[in-house]
Amino acid sequence: MTVSRPWRIALRVIGLGYLAALLLVPVAVIFYRTFEHGIGAVWDSITTPAAISAFTLTLEVTAIAVPLNTIFGIVMAMQLARGRFRGKTLLNALIDLPFAISPVVIGLALVLVYGLNGWFGRSLADAGIQVIFSTPGIVLATIFVSLPFVVREVTPVLKEVGDEQEQAAATLGANAWQSFWRITLPSIRWGVAYGVVLSVARSIGEFGAVSVVSGKISGETETLTLLVEKRFSNFDLAGAYAASALLAVIALVTLLAMTMIKPRREEEEH
Amino acid sequence: MLGLGVATLWLSIIVLLPLAAVVVRSTDGGFSTFWDAVSSRQAVSALRFTLLVSLLTAAVNAAFGTLIAWVLVRDRFRGKRIVNALIDLPFALPTIVAGLTLLTLYGPRSPFGIDVAYTQFAVLLALLFVTLPFVIRAVQPVLIELDREMEQAALSLGANNRTVFRRIVLPNLVPAILSGAALAFARAVGEFGSIVLISGNIPFRTQVSSVYIFKQIESDAPISAAATSTVLLLVSLLVLVGIRGLGRWGARHDR
Amino acid sequence: MIAVEGVSKQFGDYTALDNVSIEVPDGSLTALLGPSGSGKSTLLRIIGGLESADSGRVVINGQDATNVQPQKREIGFVFQHYAAFKHMTVRDNVAFGLTIRKQPKQQVADRVDELLSVVGLAGYAKRYPSQLSGGQRQRMALARALAVEPRVLLLDEPFGALDAKVRAELREWLRRLHDEVHVTTLLVTHDQEEAMSISDHIAVMDNARIEQFGDPRELYDAPSNAFVMGFLGPVSRLGDRLVRPHDIALAAEVEEGALEAMVSRVIHLGFEVRVELMLTSGEAVTAQVTRTEADELELNQGDIVWLRSAGATVLPAPAEPPASAAPADPPAADAALPPRAA
Repeated sequence: MTVSRPWRIALRVIGLGYLAALLLVPVAVIFYRTFEHGIGAVWDSITTPAAISAFTLTLEVTAIAVPLNTIFGIVMAMQLARGRFRGKTLLNALIDLPFAISPVVIGLALVLVYGLNGWFGRSLADAGIQVIFSTPGIVLATIFVSLPFVVREVTPVLKEVGDEQEQAAATLGANAWQSFWRITLPSIRWGVAYGVVLSVARSIGEFGAVSVVSGKISGETETLTLLVEKRFSNFDLAGAYAASALLAVIALVTLLAMTMIKPRREEEEH
Repeated sequence: MLGLGVATLWLSIIVLLPLAAVVVRSTDGGFSTFWDAVSSRQAVSALRFTLLVSLLTAAVNAAFGTLIAWVLVRDRFRGKRIVNALIDLPFALPTIVAGLTLLTLYGPRSPFGIDVAYTQFAVLLALLFVTLPFVIRAVQPVLIELDREMEQAALSLGANNRTVFRRIVLPNLVPAILSGAALAFARAVGEFGSIVLISGNIPFRTQVSSVYIFKQIESDAPISAAATSTVLLLVSLLVLVGIRGLGRWGARHDR
Repeated sequence: MIAVEGVSKQFGDYTALDNVSIEVPDGSLTALLGPSGSGKSTLLRIIGGLESADSGRVVINGQDATNVQPQKREIGFVFQHYAAFKHMTVRDNVAFGLTIRKQPKQQVADRVDELLSVVGLAGYAKRYPSQLSGGQRQRMALARALAVEPRVLLLDEPFGALDAKVRAELREWLRRLHDEVHVTTLLVTHDQEEAMSISDHIAVMDNARIEQFGDPRELYDAPSNAFVMGFLGPVSRLGDRLVRPHDIALAAEVEEGALEAMVSRVIHLGFEVRVELMLTSGEAVTAQVTRTEADELELNQGDIVWLRSAGATVLPAPAEPPASAAPADPPAADAALPPRAA
């Protein structure tokens, strides 16, 4: 198909126009609104105790959820790519569930298991452990929503790489552990990195599920995204914009990382 | 095998057990309670709106996504790589920020004087934003891999551009377009963060199921929330099964 | 008839075609033969309208086709990698050109059936390309191209992606098909054996130009330069001349004008015997003799023999070639030609 020049330009204008109206202009406007009253005000509103506490909590939760999901993701991907067992198709399908389920339902699900009136809520409370309206609940919700990313990025790479190199390593005397660290992991590292970046972005940005389980106690169980919503509801628009801009910067850094890792991951796949 | 056991156990504890709780607890008050909760006027209205607006979202982004994928693969212009990177922005940007962003631009304080806040169109807008990348990212690789010689063969056999697109290019893209649209639909049905601010949550008009569930939880009616959640879960499962089928169907002529 | 007049094509700094002219006679099967990068595929694609020339003209059957879109050129084009419409059945693939011309259904069906039996795919109409072997896919692609009754048939390395055995079969089959259909055919190949075994005429291309045009025997016997000679068959360098290895006569006794050489290796290849020799100048030479000749000479490693050129195909050797370049292995000519009857 050789599309003539006027047609090509028309399609380009429509496509880019749609992207501009939906993506670019809104994001530009949020930065404009954030900084229209000067950088000092922005700095003040992202360094309030509540903001710093929200930022710290968000990072803590991410620092727990992402490594756990990375380990799980690599183990699961190796099973899905290499293992032969009954129920593999089903397992493969179940992995995608967190992508397809509403975050509010995820939050509710955790409340129904770990809340005071939940399946384990009473016994946990008796043992002095509070999950819902507390950090463990936020961590659980975050793990849930970001669970599939590493699996989904690593499985195709593992399939493409094949297991010949590992077999070669085995014939040369490497044990399973040595073979994993010296052969498998180096050959999938960019796939893992890409999955980790996506997991981090999702962990930092999760709102719905966290919103249900956190209780939104300022300075204790309030993450950055919850802070944005609270400030907006309290008519602190400037504050909401400032926190949003911070999250948007994180998102842009994420995009940059994705753009840099993507070609390397694709190289692994070929 | 140890790895498989641990990984499956982890999946079960984190994902399957809580989801099972939703389904089981939704019938805590017996089936009639479940049915009453699911068939209440507000729940039905929210679900109907959710499904319709999600369908519309999937359709609009199927069209624009295919167009944008074509522009990114076949067109040449300056800054194409930056545009290509920006496509993933909705995946990277927290949904609540997306919602606030759209409200700023298309809400009461819009710099362009376009105020659609608290309307059904606003919900559509938010969903279009968060589901933008799905179709583009599904179609792009297929379009890149598409054998250009197929198109040239069709041209040499006398086909014009329209025929080549309709008979050669489009049929090869359809599976990717559909599976991208299905992913967008699934995401739209469950979406919460980007909608909660801009929809205004007006029952019978702009209230979607996820926000309805959230309100039920807040008003301490977890069993009723669980009932509606079970319906949403069912929709998600159906879409997932559909996407898997699409994947197999799309690969049937590959070799 | 296809006439190309002074066509040039640049891709950036790279010259793909440099003022190329060629006339492909009506009803012939003509090969464009050359190494990869010689411009042969570009020339074919320009004739087919899939690429546009920077300058020059393409005339098909007397009509200037230079600016005609490919869909209006009435050509059949066959691609190396088949370009099968993988989402369509074999029947729909072959019918494509006829359906988009809105021909009556029954007529299309009849024509497709006819073509499928011509290409030997009668039982495969309902299959998808993914269910066919490479050779079958290429036959389907040929049927698809022939369905619209093109004025010329253009084949771009049509057997290049197939394995040796299938390639040889399809080659024979294409020649027989051409003898039945008689459509003017231009075939691009880098395989000299393929070109010589099926085509009426060959245009040898190198470095964006056509080096020589003629029938296969003419090119083999009277190459216009060292490149053509080397591309069409094995070449040995004997003193200041290039000769075919089978045109070198070996003698045990010293002869007038003969060169002295020592046998370094004798290789028996069934009927033919390849003799590797070393001239007194230190240059290596390969000669090819029959088994009978070899037996008469009782050739052994270390023997001294006398060489002279006994054939008609002789070219002056280019000045100062690299020591080992001329003999033994011309590109793509490692399958030595059968010895020719005198």
